[in-house]
Amino acid sequence: MSAALLEWAVLLAQLLLVTAMGCAAFRLMRGPRAQDRVLALDTLYVLAAMLLLVFGIRTGSQHYFEAALLITLLGFVATAALSKFLMRGEVIE
Amino acid sequence: MTHAAELPAWAALAVTVLLLLGAGLALTGAVGLLRLQSFYERVHAPTLGTTLGIGCVLLASMLFFSLLQTRFILHEILIAVLVMVTTPVTLMLLARASLYRDRIEGNEAVPPPRRSQTGENSNG
Amino acid sequence: MRYILPHPLIVLSLLLAWLLLSESASPGAVLLGGVLAIAGAWAFASLTPPRARLRRLAALPGLLRDVLVEVVRSNNAVARIILKPAGGATRRSGFVCIPLDMRDPYGLAALACILTATPGTVWVDYDSADGTMLLHVLDLVDEAEWVRIVKEKWERRLMEIFE
Repeated sequence: MSAALLEWAVLLAQLLLVTAMGCAAFRLMRGPRAQDRVLALDTLYVLAAMLLLVFGIRTGSQHYFEAALLITLLGFVATAALSKFLMRGEVIE
Repeated sequence: MTHAAELPAWAALAVTVLLLLGAGLALTGAVGLLRLQSFYERVHAPTLGTTLGIGCVLLASMLFFSLLQTRFILHEILIAVLVMVTTPVTLMLLARASLYRDRIEGNEAVPPPRRSQTGENSNG
Repeated sequence: MRYILPHPLIVLSLLLAWLLLSESASPGAVLLGGVLAIAGAWAFASLTPPRARLRRLAALPGLLRDVLVEVVRSNNAVARIILKPAGGATRRSGFVCIPLDMRDPYGLAALACILTATPGTVWVDYDSADGTMLLHVLDLVDEAEWVRIVKEKWERRLMEIFE
């Protein structure tokens, strides 16, 4: 019983997250300005981390946790660097 | 999902609710990213997913693995702390970069720089 | 003591993060984590950050609880705004300029994180010359109300802790 309930919950959560990633990807392509694209990319990183955590629950494996941790780290560095780039035109001042 | 068969029913229900709430909030944030009109309005939308959204998913993951392995699995706290500390920083940087660009272009929608400002900012 | 352990709080949090990552509290993990944490604190000290003075740690749990309540409340509010059908759009968003009395850099950083982490408000800019900050609010009804909220609810309490 609990396994069936969880299976549906995980499937639905994955669908919701993938739809959310689709929305963010649309904004990434649409723009209209560079800051919109960077914002969409940052959202995509967080959504990917959430999707990995849900995958971890689905497979019962702890390895997805490390991938999620890495993705959040990479997302922070990438967005910070891109914002710096938008501000000054160069990453390292 | 055979590994979840021995999970008690209340825990399965709690994990279900937390997962759906978290994913639903993340989707709401992404929809906001599409629907809101200006960039400064859109900046607010992803915070839904990055605060309560990922918090709910992390809680679900903690509860699930703690009960599955009958010991405390707490390392999800690391992601929670990381996201909590880094999201405001990136959003602030992005908002400031956007303000800077809009001011250079002379966009009417943003407030003009204050007289004392010389382009040098200490906070960041 | 200051020389060996320049930033005890940083050492402690790094050690805690290491133990959580390696998922064990065995002597080996504590030893390796301790060495790494002290090395990390030395690296941090070589950046010569301004010293933080935490005056009243007792006020911290209450503040964290209030932040959590505020995050949940404004998540609900912003979700309603986003999902509201288009058409009857009387909502207005805009910038608010708020003069701040706080000058401590860590206090300002904490205020910026709290305001940005709650959906619906984003800290945009800070002018260190006259101490004013620019806040963008998604659902702006009354500017004076937001100045009052920021100053009464967050700034006063952060000043108690940091200054």
